[in-house]
Amino acid sequence: MSAIALDRVSKAYRRYGGRRRFATLKSALLTGSLVRHLRPDESFRALDDVSLTVARGAACGVIGRNGSGKSTLLKLVAGITRPTGGEVRVDGRVSALIELGAGFHPEISGRENVFINGVMLGLSRREIDRRFDEIVDFAELEDFIDAPVKTYSSGMYMRLGFAVAVHVDPDILLVDEVLAVGDEGFSLKCLDKFAEFKRRGKTILLVTHALSMVERFCDEAVWLDAGRKRLVGDPRRVVQMYLADVEGAEDAHLAAEDARAQQGTAAARGAPPAAAAPPGPAPAEDPRVAETSPSTGAPSVAETSAGDGPPPSEPASGGAPPAVAQPSTETPLAPEASPAAEAAGDDETPADAAAPPGDDETPADAAAPPGDEPPPDMFKAGEGRWGSGTVRIEHVALEGPQGAARVFHSGEPMTIRMRVVADRPVADFAFGVSIFSTDGVCCYGTNTHIEELEPKGIDGAGEVAFVIDRLDLVAGTYKLDVAVHKRDGFSYDYHRLLYTFRVKSTARDVGIYRPRHAWRFSGNIRFKTPEP
Amino acid sequence: MLANLLRLFRYRGLIRILVARELKARYRGSALGFLWSFVNPLLLLLVYSFVFTNIIDRGALAPLEPYAVFLFCGLLPWTWFSSSLNESAGVLIVNGDLIKKVVFPVEILPVVTVVSNLCHFVFGLPILLGFLAWHGIPLRPADLVWFPAVVAVQLCLTLGLAMVLAALTVHFRDVKDLLANGLTLWFFSSPILYELSAVPEGARAVMDLNPFAHLAVSYQEIFFHERPFAHGEGLLAVAAGGAGLFLLGYWFFDRLRDSFVEEV
Repeated sequence: MSAIALDRVSKAYRRYGGRRRFATLKSALLTGSLVRHLRPDESFRALDDVSLTVARGAACGVIGRNGSGKSTLLKLVAGITRPTGGEVRVDGRVSALIELGAGFHPEISGRENVFINGVMLGLSRREIDRRFDEIVDFAELEDFIDAPVKTYSSGMYMRLGFAVAVHVDPDILLVDEVLAVGDEGFSLKCLDKFAEFKRRGKTILLVTHALSMVERFCDEAVWLDAGRKRLVGDPRRVVQMYLADVEGAEDAHLAAEDARAQQGTAAARGAPPAAAAPPGPAPAEDPRVAETSPSTGAPSVAETSAGDGPPPSEPASGGAPPAVAQPSTETPLAPEASPAAEAAGDDETPADAAAPPGDDETPADAAAPPGDEPPPDMFKAGEGRWGSGTVRIEHVALEGPQGAARVFHSGEPMTIRMRVVADRPVADFAFGVSIFSTDGVCCYGTNTHIEELEPKGIDGAGEVAFVIDRLDLVAGTYKLDVAVHKRDGFSYDYHRLLYTFRVKSTARDVGIYRPRHAWRFSGNIRFKTPEP
Repeated sequence: MLANLLRLFRYRGLIRILVARELKARYRGSALGFLWSFVNPLLLLLVYSFVFTNIIDRGALAPLEPYAVFLFCGLLPWTWFSSSLNESAGVLIVNGDLIKKVVFPVEILPVVTVVSNLCHFVFGLPILLGFLAWHGIPLRPADLVWFPAVVAVQLCLTLGLAMVLAALTVHFRDVKDLLANGLTLWFFSSPILYELSAVPEGARAVMDLNPFAHLAVSYQEIFFHERPFAHGEGLLAVAAGGAGLFLLGYWFFDRLRDSFVEEV
C-alpha cells in the first residue's frame, strides 16, 4: 500500500510578464475580460507528467537543480496547490516542514503561538496540551516561551516552528530543505527525529540539495529535471547520475564564463594594457608563470614533467622560488631540453588537431596587442591579457581523463593544452603556467626558464601541453594564468586568470594542497572499522 | 461548494483561536491595551457629536435629540462594517505565507477578520447603553429581541462582501484604493448622520437599494426611537439579500481559491 501516489501529475503556473503583469481592474473591466483574466492562460509547466509512488514507511529523497519542480511536487503532496492534470493521492496525516513558523504572529507569546500553530496543523487543543512540554523542550526555548515571538532570533523562530511541526505526529512528513535550522547540535537532533520517524514506519518525502543525506537516509531517490522525472531508484545510483549531469553543466558554464572574460579582454585591447597596474615588483620577475615545452617550430610536441625529466639536477624546479630571469644572455641554445622533448611526442596529435571539441574559440585572433607598456604586476593584476603579441597563445584547453573538461576530481590527471603561434622566428621565449585559488593565492607557478629549459627557437604554429599527473588540490574553484614571455619577463602574450576550473572531492579536507598521504597508528590506538 | 461550506463550520475551533489571537495581538504593547476597544468608538463619537451639535447647524435634523445617541446607533455598526471590508481586502495578501506554505483553509481568513471586528462592535455596545442610561432613554425588551437578528443580517452581508473583496484584491490590487473611497461615499449616502426621512423623495429609491441604510435604520429603531420596531420589511429584504450575497461571495471565493497560491 503506497502512502503517496502521483499519477501522471502536471502542474502549470501562470507565467508572469507580457501584458498580464500590468493587468488591473480597470483594464479587465474595460476589455470585459475579467473572467478570462482570472483563468491561467500562458503557462509554464513546473511539473510535467510525473508519476511516483512512495511506499508506506519509505523515505524518498527528491533531488534536482533549482527550478526543477521539487518544491512544487512537495506542495502538491501537501495539498497546498492542486495539480493542473493528473491525480495526487495521499493516505494519512501529512505534516509539511516547508516554511517553519509560517503563521506565527510576532506580537504574541511563543506559548500562544504553539497552540495556534498546532491547531492550524490539525491538532486539537488537548493534544497540544499533552505535547506542549515536549515541544518546548525540543525547541530548547524553556526560558523564552512566554516572550513575544518578535523578540526571537531567527534560529529560535525556526526551532519552534520545527518543534511544533514534528510533534504533530504525522503519518507522512514532507521536508523541504529545512535542516539548515539552528546550530550543529540542533541539526543533529532533527536528524535523530527523522530517524525516529523512520523507525516508527512513517513515510518521509525529503527535498534537499544535501545529497549525502539522501544517500545516507533515503530508501529511494527521485531526480527531477525541468519538471520531468529523470530517474528513480537506489539513492546512490541516482545521486551519482545526478552529480555527473551537474558536472557536465558546470563544465559548460565555466567555459562560457571564461569565454566571456576573454571576450572582454579582447575588446579592451588596443587600450594600453592594464595601465593601472602598480609599479610594484618589476614587470620582469615572476617566476611563477611559464613552463615547459619549447615546441620547436611546427607540429612536434614536447613534454617535460617538472618532477623528473630534463631539468638536470639543480634546485630551480623544486619550487625553489624566483630564481628569476636575469636580464639574461640571449643564448638561444637549449641543449638538453629538446631531445627529451622530442621523445615525449608519443600519442599526441600535432598541434592544431588538439583543439578540443569545446571550441570556445578565444577571440584572441590576430590583433596583436600594441603592448610595449610595462605589464602589470601579476600578483595584483585582475584578469586580462597583455603582451607584445610576437608569440601568441591562441587557444587554451583543459583536459581530464575523459577529454575536455572544466571539472576535475582531486587526484585526477589534468592537461593544459595551448595552441601557440609565432609570427616570426623567436629565439628568446619561455612558457609559464600558474594556478590561483579564487581568493588569489598562488597555488603553484612555474615556467620553462625556471626549470632550466633553454629556448632554441619557435616559428609558426605549435602546441604546448602542461601535463599534471595528479591534480592534488582540495575541492574548490581555481583560475589559471598561462603565458609566453621572454626569459627576462617581457610578455609576448600573457593570459591572466582567464581560465577557470573546478576541483571536486568527496573528502572534506581543507586548504589548497592535498599531499598523498596515509595514517599509521601503533597497536594501542584503535579506530572502529567502518560499517559496511 | 456545499462540502466546503460545511468545512467552514468544522473549522470553528480554528476561527475561534485566530479571532482570539487577533484581539490579543491588536493592542499588545499599547498602554491602554484592551481598553482601546472602548476608547476608540467613544472618541469617534465625541468628535462627530461635537462637530454636529456645536459647529454645524443641523437645521432639519433638530428633532434628533439626543443627537449623540442617534449618531452612535449608526456609527458603531458602520465601524464594524467598514473596518471588516477594509481589512478583508488585504487579508489574503498579508497572510500570504500561510497560503503559500501551509495547508490552510484560506476562507477562514476573511471570516476571522469580520468576526474579530464584530467583537470590537460588541465591546462598544456598553458605551451605547451608557449613553442611553445617561439620557434616560428606556430600552424596550420587545425591540431588543430584534437586535440579534439585525446583527446576524449584518454579519451575513459583511461576510459575503468580505469574501468577494478578499478574493478580488489578490488579483487586482487596486481594489484597496477603490474600496477606501467607495466606503467614504457609502458612509455619507447612508442614514447615519441624518435620518432616513430627511432624504428627499427622489433619492429614496436609491436609498432603498442601500443595504446598510436598512441596517442603520434598524439599529436606530431599536435603540433611539421610542416607537416599537417598525422596519421589519426592510430588514427582511436585506436578510434575503445578505444570505444571497454570502452564498455568492463564497462561491466566488471558492472559484478563485486555487489561484491564490500563485497570485498572492
